[in-house]
Amino acid sequence: MSGGALGVASLPFLKVLPAQAASGDVIVAVTGQTINSLDLHRKGTNRASYQVAVNCYDRLVSFGTKEAPGGGLSYDYTKIEPELAESWSVSDDGLKLTFKIKPDATFWDGTKVTAADVKWSFDRAVSVGGFPSVQMKAGGLVKPEQFEAIDDETFVITLEKASKLTLPDLAVPVPIVINSKVAKAHATEKDPWATEYLHKTAAGSGAFKVLKWNPGEQLVYERNDNWVGGPLPAIKRVIVREVPNPSTRRALIEKGDVQLSFNIPNKDAKELAEKLDVYSTPIENCMHCVGLNNTFEPFQDSNVRKAVAYSIPYEEIFQTAAYGRGARLWGGPDTIDSIEWPRKSPYFTDLDKAKELMAQSGFADGFSVPFSISLGLADWMEPTALLIQENLEKIGISTEIEKIPGANWRTAALVEKKLPLHLENFGGWLNTPDYYFFWAYKKGHLFNSSNYMNPEIESLVDTTLHMPMDDPQYAPKIMRMFEIAFEDLPRIPLWQPALNVAANGAKDYEFWFHRQLDIRPLKGA
Amino acid sequence: MSPRLRAILLRLVQAIPVVIGVVVISFVLTRALPGDPAVYFAGAAADEESIAQIRTSMGLDKPLPIQFLQYVADLLQGDFGQSVYSGQPVAEDLANRLPASLELTLTALILSCAIAIPIGVLAAKNPGSFVDQLCRILVTAGVSLPTFFTGILLIYVFYYLLGLAPSPLGRLDFLYIEPDNVTGFYLIDALIAGDWETWFASLKQLILPAITLALFTLAPIARMTRAAMLSALSSDFIRTARAAGLSDHKVTYGYAFRNALLPIITTLGMVFSFSLGANVLVEKVFAWPGIGSYAVEALVVSDYAAVQGFVLAMALLFVTLNLVIDLTYSVIDPRIGFDTK
Repeated sequence: MSGGALGVASLPFLKVLPAQAASGDVIVAVTGQTINSLDLHRKGTNRASYQVAVNCYDRLVSFGTKEAPGGGLSYDYTKIEPELAESWSVSDDGLKLTFKIKPDATFWDGTKVTAADVKWSFDRAVSVGGFPSVQMKAGGLVKPEQFEAIDDETFVITLEKASKLTLPDLAVPVPIVINSKVAKAHATEKDPWATEYLHKTAAGSGAFKVLKWNPGEQLVYERNDNWVGGPLPAIKRVIVREVPNPSTRRALIEKGDVQLSFNIPNKDAKELAEKLDVYSTPIENCMHCVGLNNTFEPFQDSNVRKAVAYSIPYEEIFQTAAYGRGARLWGGPDTIDSIEWPRKSPYFTDLDKAKELMAQSGFADGFSVPFSISLGLADWMEPTALLIQENLEKIGISTEIEKIPGANWRTAALVEKKLPLHLENFGGWLNTPDYYFFWAYKKGHLFNSSNYMNPEIESLVDTTLHMPMDDPQYAPKIMRMFEIAFEDLPRIPLWQPALNVAANGAKDYEFWFHRQLDIRPLKGA
Repeated sequence: MSPRLRAILLRLVQAIPVVIGVVVISFVLTRALPGDPAVYFAGAAADEESIAQIRTSMGLDKPLPIQFLQYVADLLQGDFGQSVYSGQPVAEDLANRLPASLELTLTALILSCAIAIPIGVLAAKNPGSFVDQLCRILVTAGVSLPTFFTGILLIYVFYYLLGLAPSPLGRLDFLYIEPDNVTGFYLIDALIAGDWETWFASLKQLILPAITLALFTLAPIARMTRAAMLSALSSDFIRTARAAGLSDHKVTYGYAFRNALLPIITTLGMVFSFSLGANVLVEKVFAWPGIGSYAVEALVVSDYAAVQGFVLAMALLFVTLNLVIDLTYSVIDPRIGFDTK
């Protein structure tokens, strides 16, 4: 079987692939995560499966591309670009969004992408419940009545409240457009949204089709040559193999038998950077931080909180737990001068100052407190906690490290919010500071694991959340929010973690906020 | 009905209470695990409402006895439930992964028997000799080197440095399509399909993990062979046989070895069952889609159906294994009556 002359699209797997891989038509990527569904909207679908929504389905709009800090490319939150929509307009009051769908857009089966498909898919996303509905809600999309298919190519969204988050929220992996004719054909009375069918079969219009999926082993993507959502990908076939052991993944990428190793450990990123192309992109709107719970009496004392902040050995943690990958979030200026977030806190390591603050506090004799970490995130939490523990001991706070199993962590830390001293790492998909504060600093909200409550923050978040970022009031309000957050310190920023990707024979890797591999821009070396 | 067939049937009937016990215990134990699967699978950003929806769809909102009855009713229809972690029906997962583990474990065992038994026999025949020392070194190394270490070391030397071994990417390199599923054993399925290229490809993938596991299983088998042979060789009937002038070969293999086989088979059974569950680390290192890594992942995220399915499948496998071992006993040593049990 000599396939060199045939198009790769028609090639079988056998024999000819090594030559093809060398010519740059095929990329093999390895990852430690497992893909458990082809349908993002289904209950129980894990994060790794979001890549199918990214690569195989289209949204109405997408984000632009920019140079990433630390090398390589990144998506650009500030630029919304067309994907399935050719153009769109927003009414003057901001309540009505009208999209024109590209007339030549087709699904893989050749049928036309219509506004009715968009409506069905959006109805599905807000109706199935679970994570998709929560994410749609962030953009003000809550019920099917908001979506309307005017004609085949015109789709209208009606909002109850104008929000700057709506358009970006249409570019996240959730509001994908599904081939509703195919899906409806497989829907049943018990399963009106065809979750059983779409779980195992993708039906989209995206840049890549699923050629083959062996759960727990591999996913093979094949290019859709009729894609109109963006520039046609250079790669014809991408094979994503699941290799659980990081050492094995490292051997594979170093040897060059695979072209891309996705989400590699910080340590490998540091060591491989000398030999291969390693992209360590700080994850936007995400930070690792220490949570001081307001329900624990000593942490109600402002001096104690600041003492903790001054006692943390930031640089040592950054080098030990993060191997220097990511961005430092300490030692910033005293005054807030921009709306950049995450940003450096004004705190730094100063044990004398910490001791002084402890002496001034109501707990001069010190106290003891359990320090909770998640076993599921032990790779960075454990070294971090040990280093902090050592320094806290020096200022009179004795801690005992309590490791909580991964399956319990969310309940203990985020739902019951009962951990006095702990580590936390929320990251927001929508990249605005108000969105971060909405989740992590508002009373009762999920990632506010410190039970923090400040009336001014509450009102600042409410007013800025939907306010356009170019509103003259926006920046002052956001900077005020930062000021309060650094003064009150419910969360002490440590560092902004990085997503590490190693490439050996692939280029133009692009970082996305969803932290999954977008294979569309990839090129062979 | 022949006595042997009746005995086998009797043993199978005796296995029923064991299986019932396993069903009950695995159900109770998984529920006793810390953690709430509904919360876990709802994802980080889920709210109360979506967690409740997940709980209902997983059937976890009902009282435990009802859940148990539902589980048993499904089991009786051959439905092992749906694994949330892998997104597949548990029966399908087991059918895919059990053969992968069995193929690896059996190959490793054949390999380690082929080395351990001759070495054990020779070591017992010549205590203190070079072979005996070699046996001792192998046993010590096998016991003291953890499998993930040997695995990574082998990958480093044979794949990374020498380039002799293929990419440690699981059962088949990505260039090949798996053979049509008949037994689930790629080596056998490829033979059935007559596809020699795939057969060699899967054999190449199998060699390093099998050696890793063989090094580990070699130790108990070699030790047991040596000890059993030593005691057999020093027993009275061997002295009698020697005194009667039988050839050395006949004495060693015809009498001593046959008597030493019983404890060896027992050990083999134990090693097999042990390594089938315990080769998680080998599976992880070689990206082998086996049952051990599946069970561990499922356990970490409290995926009830998957854990229960795994325990049940293992229990059934052990019942069969014990039966086979007992049958082998009576073949090796006719004095062991089967019908009396």
